[in-house]
Amino acid sequence: MALSTKNILGTKELTQSDILQILDTADSFKEISTRAIKKVPALRGKTIINLFFEPSTRTRTSFEIAGKRLSADVINISGSTSSTVKGENLIDTARNLEAMSPDILVVRHHCSGAAELLSQFVNSPIINAGDGAHEHPSQALLDLLTIRSHKGDLKGLKVAIVGDVSHSRVARSNIRAMQTMGMKVRVVGPPPLIPVEIERLGVEVSHNLAEAIKDVDVIMVLRIQLERQNQGLLSSLREYSNYFCLTSETLAQAQDDVLIIHPGPVNRGIEIALDVMEGPRSLILDQVTNGVAIRMALFYLLLGENNANPN
Amino acid sequence: MSSTLLNSKDISRAVSRISHEILERNHGAGNIALVGIRTRGVVLSQRLREKIKEIEGVTVDHGVLDITLYRDDLADGIHKPELKKTEIAFALEGKHIILCDDVLFTGRTIRAAIDALMDFGRPSSVQLAVLIDRGHRELPIRPDYVGKNIPTAKSKRVQVLLAEEDDEDKVIIQEQSN
Amino acid sequence: MQTLIKNGQVIDPANQIDGPFDILIDKRKISAIEPRGKIPESKNISVIDAKDCVVAPGFCDMHVHFREPGHEYKETIETGCASAVAGGFSTVAVMPNTFPVNDNHSITELILSQAKKTNLANVFPIGAITKGLKGETLSDMGELKEAGCIGYSDDGKPVMDSELMRRALEYSRMFDLPCIQHSEILDLTREGCMNEGIISTELGLKGMPVEAEDIMVFRDICLLRKTGGRLHVAHISSGGAVELVRQAKAKGLPVTCEVAPHHFTLTEEACRNYDTNTKMSPPLRTHEDLELIKEGLRDGTIDIIATDHAPHDVADKQMEFSKACFGIVGLETALPLTLKMVDEKVITLQKAVDLLTHQPSRLFNLDKGSLGVGKDADIVIFNPKTQYTIEPEKFKSRSKNSPYKGWKVRGKVLHTLVAGKTVYSADNK
Repeated sequence: MALSTKNILGTKELTQSDILQILDTADSFKEISTRAIKKVPALRGKTIINLFFEPSTRTRTSFEIAGKRLSADVINISGSTSSTVKGENLIDTARNLEAMSPDILVVRHHCSGAAELLSQFVNSPIINAGDGAHEHPSQALLDLLTIRSHKGDLKGLKVAIVGDVSHSRVARSNIRAMQTMGMKVRVVGPPPLIPVEIERLGVEVSHNLAEAIKDVDVIMVLRIQLERQNQGLLSSLREYSNYFCLTSETLAQAQDDVLIIHPGPVNRGIEIALDVMEGPRSLILDQVTNGVAIRMALFYLLLGENNANPN
Repeated sequence: MSSTLLNSKDISRAVSRISHEILERNHGAGNIALVGIRTRGVVLSQRLREKIKEIEGVTVDHGVLDITLYRDDLADGIHKPELKKTEIAFALEGKHIILCDDVLFTGRTIRAAIDALMDFGRPSSVQLAVLIDRGHRELPIRPDYVGKNIPTAKSKRVQVLLAEEDDEDKVIIQEQSN
Repeated sequence: MQTLIKNGQVIDPANQIDGPFDILIDKRKISAIEPRGKIPESKNISVIDAKDCVVAPGFCDMHVHFREPGHEYKETIETGCASAVAGGFSTVAVMPNTFPVNDNHSITELILSQAKKTNLANVFPIGAITKGLKGETLSDMGELKEAGCIGYSDDGKPVMDSELMRRALEYSRMFDLPCIQHSEILDLTREGCMNEGIISTELGLKGMPVEAEDIMVFRDICLLRKTGGRLHVAHISSGGAVELVRQAKAKGLPVTCEVAPHHFTLTEEACRNYDTNTKMSPPLRTHEDLELIKEGLRDGTIDIIATDHAPHDVADKQMEFSKACFGIVGLETALPLTLKMVDEKVITLQKAVDLLTHQPSRLFNLDKGSLGVGKDADIVIFNPKTQYTIEPEKFKSRSKNSPYKGWKVRGKVLHTLVAGKTVYSADNK
């Protein structure tokens, strides 16, 4: 049992058996978070560095908790405290950190391709915790774990991804991972927020929310960035909501057992109505719980492989 | 090249005897719980549980322990074992826990299991039941209940086959083949 | 001091020569060109044996960035010229986006004096269209021409203001020099760093749609219809733009265009692993564009090949794709990449030489790119069959930002002569 990759840069590089192994391992880890003593000694003496060049609370915390529940030492370095504000570049920063012998680098950066760039300059395994609009693989994996735990099998499921697909690394990671697992993806949103030629990835495109969710098993609502309005991509949030907010009325069009997920944080009332968000089909909190398990699984599987090379 | 140490009947007799010993030592089934170590310790614990029910008419609490995350060789680059679930759905407080495994050898698995167990709570006591004790301890651990003591050369391999996992019941010993 | 180049295949499109000729050089000039063996050898004549080689006019690259003054850590006029002659180029035209900008006679003179000191290749400065490349006011085009500029461009940036571009085309008529446009509607390419399409979508990078180029080319052609003057479209990369130029030419408008070798050898696919050496402006386009570019080369819509040699230090390239500088070095890979078009039967070998010599000289009114008797002896000798692997670390250019590392190519420059002097010889034949 081993992953086919040394780094988790994106779901694009993961095979179906990689994804299954990660999900199965995460399933086993879920239980640890329910214990009174939420800690196992598996990664005692390992050092994990969370290198976050972009503000993030939930993802960074999730990685941190995951590392700590496995007894690893987790160090957080954020963009504002790192030397990059002093003009040191990304590669130098990472090389300096590597000189302190971390066992894993978790990286979030606002530029697409940043994690891949780093992987060319450091030896430690890298987990991409989000790079620009490119990939956010651990989010896609936790989404799959959440869906699987409710649907049993992923193969053949239909998913609608709604919102600002253009700027969404979550959407990109999910599209690839879901396709690898034999799921069908439809992206839904106003044309300016749908990236060009995305049909060529084998996804359907729709601009009509009510139509698009009729036959799907899962609706993934993406966070709408408020600044898109200033970039001329949206006329107004109000109008966006009129057409793309997931409300209980729209939801009435969908199948009864449809699942609703959202990568968070949620803009209530803009992309999803409060009652839907807190309603019985919403798995938003499950996602957060599963996020810890997925990240534990990634640490566990990556560190094992890294160690498979005794000196 | 292997030879059979215990057959199906032998195993059944051992389980039966151990069940009686557990009940005798703990004054009945009132306060005990069985926890099996994956994978074949779980089978042993289930058989003990059934036996105890047969004898006392009581279904005792039962749990499953995966000790992978507590292993002391996890960082040594051994082939990573597949992680399975730990399922302990009852409180350990006040309970006498009978930890069950198929073969007791170096004692390292039991050390890991005790550590894991302690993360779930504070039992009154932990006792150890094994089907085979083959010696060669590397830690100060001794079993409370033993199916059979089998002194072996360290190079030999003792394998417990149980019907639930392996289609038949027997214990065999063979030369270590690399 | 005389030199005889013998046994070569002379290709000189300016004089419609293609065949086994020998060339005699007397000091700076070509003194004779005769059928093979007709020029007698003597003790006083040094001989260059060009067996198996093509002997052609030194190549002319009308679009390079030498970074001096201002960013000498990337390239100087000296290292740039060394790179040029190593690539077979005896003549280069340097773009004005230096620091300070070449928008006045003193910078032009500085460039020319540095070039003279270097004494490797012929350097012709291009002056800015607008002062400081700011796109606000016209530069003193007359002063620039008198100081030695051979064209006007804000390259690196387009002239966005249509009124200003109209006036630039009008005013430049007085000096009979072309306005060279970097055709890009900036509103459409804001924060863009590669071609917009499936790859930019997959990589999550902001795209630069091909329409940004098409619209600007179209606008300029419309202006040209009104103003006259001469429009030269720099580094054309879009199939649509090639078609617009083709139509404009059919109507007899004075528009010309150039293509850079990377736009007929690479596509956006090359960006997949975020290699910043595939980041340039205009960006690498699609396979369809590539085919239309080749069609433009084939039918003559594309007038010349120019490298857009844009040296950048590692410090400006080894970083996040979206933050890295645009551009690649091109002088030392232009010949083999152009010969690929010959191998693919897009153009003939004669046409390839034409696109690199006679046509650029003609477009910019330079007395270069010809092997006529009495002309400066600017000559390149290359073996079109020699195979080798491109190793950027061995480039003479100060910068090594090339996406062609590891490419196995054919066509190696053996000697470059400028004004009769051998300024480059390959280390091993």
